[in-house]
Amino acid sequence: MNEITGNEIIHQYLRHNKKFPHVLCPGCGHGIVLGTLIRSIHSLNIPKDDVVIVAGIGCSGRLAVYVDFNTVHTTHGRALSFATGIKMANPKLNVITIMGDGDALSIGGNHLIHAARRNIGVTALILNNNIYGMTGGQSSPATPMGATTMTNPFGQLDKSFDTVELARGAGANYVARGTTFHVKKLEKVLTDAIERPGFSVVEAITPCHTQYGRKNKYKTPVDMYKWMKKAAIPVDRYNELSEAEKEDRLAIGVFVERDQPGFEERYFDLKAKLQAQEEKGGK
Amino acid sequence: MARRKKRKEIFALGNEAVVEGALLAGCSFYGGYPITPSSEIMEIMASKLPQTDDGVFIQMEDEIASMGAIIGASLAGRKVLTATSGPGFSLKQENLGYAVMAETPLVLVNVMRGGLSTGLPTCPGQGDVQQARWGTHGDHPIIVLSASNVQECLDMTITAFNMAEKYRTPVILLLDEITAHTREKIEIPYEGEFEVFSRTIPSMPPEWYKPYEETVRGVPPMPPIGSGYRFHVTGLTHDRNGFPTQRPEEVVELMDRLHRKIDQFFYDIQLVEEIQTEDADTVVIAYGCVARSAELAVQQARANGIKAGLLKLKTLFPYPRRQQEKIMANAKTIIVPELNMGQMSREVKRVNQGRASVRTINRIDGQIITPSEILKVIMQG
Amino acid sequence: MKKHKGKSKVTVYPDWCKGCGICVEFCPSKVLDLTDQGKAVVAREEDCIRCGFCELHCPDFAIIVKDKEPVEADNPTKIAAKKNATGKGA
Ligand SMILES: Cc1ncc(C[n+]2csc(CCOP(=O)(O)OP(=O)(O)O)c2C)c(N)n1
Ligand code: SF4
Ligand code: SF4
Ligand code: SF4
Ligand SMILES: [Mg+2]
Repeated sequence: MNEITGNEIIHQYLRHNKKFPHVLCPGCGHGIVLGTLIRSIHSLNIPKDDVVIVAGIGCSGRLAVYVDFNTVHTTHGRALSFATGIKMANPKLNVITIMGDGDALSIGGNHLIHAARRNIGVTALILNNNIYGMTGGQSSPATPMGATTMTNPFGQLDKSFDTVELARGAGANYVARGTTFHVKKLEKVLTDAIERPGFSVVEAITPCHTQYGRKNKYKTPVDMYKWMKKAAIPVDRYNELSEAEKEDRLAIGVFVERDQPGFEERYFDLKAKLQAQEEKGGK
Repeated sequence: MARRKKRKEIFALGNEAVVEGALLAGCSFYGGYPITPSSEIMEIMASKLPQTDDGVFIQMEDEIASMGAIIGASLAGRKVLTATSGPGFSLKQENLGYAVMAETPLVLVNVMRGGLSTGLPTCPGQGDVQQARWGTHGDHPIIVLSASNVQECLDMTITAFNMAEKYRTPVILLLDEITAHTREKIEIPYEGEFEVFSRTIPSMPPEWYKPYEETVRGVPPMPPIGSGYRFHVTGLTHDRNGFPTQRPEEVVELMDRLHRKIDQFFYDIQLVEEIQTEDADTVVIAYGCVARSAELAVQQARANGIKAGLLKLKTLFPYPRRQQEKIMANAKTIIVPELNMGQMSREVKRVNQGRASVRTINRIDGQIITPSEILKVIMQG
Repeated sequence: MKKHKGKSKVTVYPDWCKGCGICVEFCPSKVLDLTDQGKAVVAREEDCIRCGFCELHCPDFAIIVKDKEPVEADNPTKIAAKKNATGKGA
């Protein structure tokens, strides 16, 4: 008999009492990221009951409802704070947040910084489509300078965040970037991120043709995947490029690998120490 | 720990009593952000919770995150607490609404300080009463409790946890700077002397579980995340499975149930203390530190031969309208003293419907309302 | 990859396919076409080298690539399932 592979694996993790196809636009990269996440979790053999998906608000946040894990669709930008509470309440759970670029970097930027500083044992999956997709194509903190958006009709004036540098600076244990074209690599870093204790950030570059591409010279969704195929380059090779050559390229791969204990580990170690002291004192 | 059979007497601050009450009620998770005059609650939790068996304390980056953290922890099965004051209370509102919508038990203590905005951080106030009722957007039910002395801080915190768990809802405990910072002798009840309610967890197999199903009490059972009942939690209007819906009949069903599960248990939720109200023709309706002044004023009025009484509100919302109706059988004058420009008096007037004469005493200068101020108005009749 | 050529069964779920064209554009063997109705269809199954690209990149999980079905006689479960599927069983 045929072994279950590929999308049949994914079908086993979907909530079939939800309507499919899902609500996302044709060619939206968010669906590819969801599939990748499912394959990562499947490859790690984590039981569905032990996985908690904590999503923010945005097209990206809508993903949570479709998968048969414990799913929490929170408020805009706040997914990491909910996730922190869940992880501290039950450190055995695998807590993964799904956030958009607006969600994670703008309204939720403070939570991202502090989750990284604390090094809480949560995986932050950031779906960066360079735009506010759900609300109709306004600028996000990841919109490239010069790009046209609904709120920057004359071109984006401010610089965009570099998610990787932000997470590195704030103290995340693991930071990686992938794209929805280079799916196998994305799956690899996501699997690593989930496995590693402490705070991990995976930025997935994912196209939003509807709200970003169309207004920025990408005629079809496929054009956006062609762009990713051309622009992405492994980080070690990227580092060898001249500044001018770097302009239009996108470094992908693993950027930070640290081995600091997660916040929950430090907290429960402290508790154990205090308890031991009390027992000693009690004699 | 050895089981106590006797009450223990301690001297405590109101804020300390909140912590004692929370721990007795089974609270094992605190997430917060410091703000005067509530910070002692957080500080004491910071030293106590790590020393309990399963207690978790976490200082979050702001009040929004504090709410997120306790909601997450509650979904994972913990009894959770956060405490704040005015500015922080404003920041908590969006996630407070989420907790109502997602039916997540939690207790939020707001130690009211004076003024709007940064206002009068170290002075007492009662200006957040209507915000507690209506602070988060959209129609929603909410339980708001209060306490007027240190013993009540402890007792009402236990009550707040029990109501949160029983009705799967956030409960706000409104204190004021005076009550929170008063130090007095209180009795800590012993285990078994008071009720501790914990949320009902589902007993059916996970395949049968519908997270937001209609039940007799209107309160669906709630499993902790990770216990085999996988379901979807969302702030979007949802159907019985927890999936987003915009179908009018499903929207109405959810909104009806959310309100009904609180409304129909008014007899359990609406708590007051009636002090010499049976024959009173002048009744003071008060809460928090002002109720203390009012009690003294009523005693002095009685000594002067005036039939005065006090209806002390322990539940502010849902407003105890039946208890007010009861005292209105005799009351010709109702006096509502408050440390604001008239917030509970709106509720009193709504129930009164022009029958008795309602007089308000309002202070917004960061000072307390003294017994003699209230007595003066009682004597005016 | 070559060893897979001609041995794969490619299925598109038409009701899940949104016709984004990713699979059609990037399939190295041009196995798939896009219909006028905006759905991907399997046009040249024999050319599939089972690279997996289409399955990995379909945002709607609408493509399955598997080994070709073994002959039915070797697969009693499948036959039993088919029988039941007529809906006229007990
Ligand atoms: C407090 C609050 N502010 C604003 C919104 C409106 N809103 C919903 S989604 C969104 C932005 C979504 O962009 P992003 O996070 O990048 O997700 P995407 O849709 O692109 O996946 C905004 C501003 C909201 N829901 N809540
Ligand atoms: S608007 Fe953009 S992000 Fe949202 S579903 Fe459509 S393509 Fe995806
Ligand atoms: S990638 Fe999927 S949705 Fe897009 S055309 Fe192919 S089968 Fe259809
Ligand atoms: S598996 Fe590869 S070769 Fe076969 S149809 Fe899919 S993309 Fe084409
Ligand atoms: Mg976005």
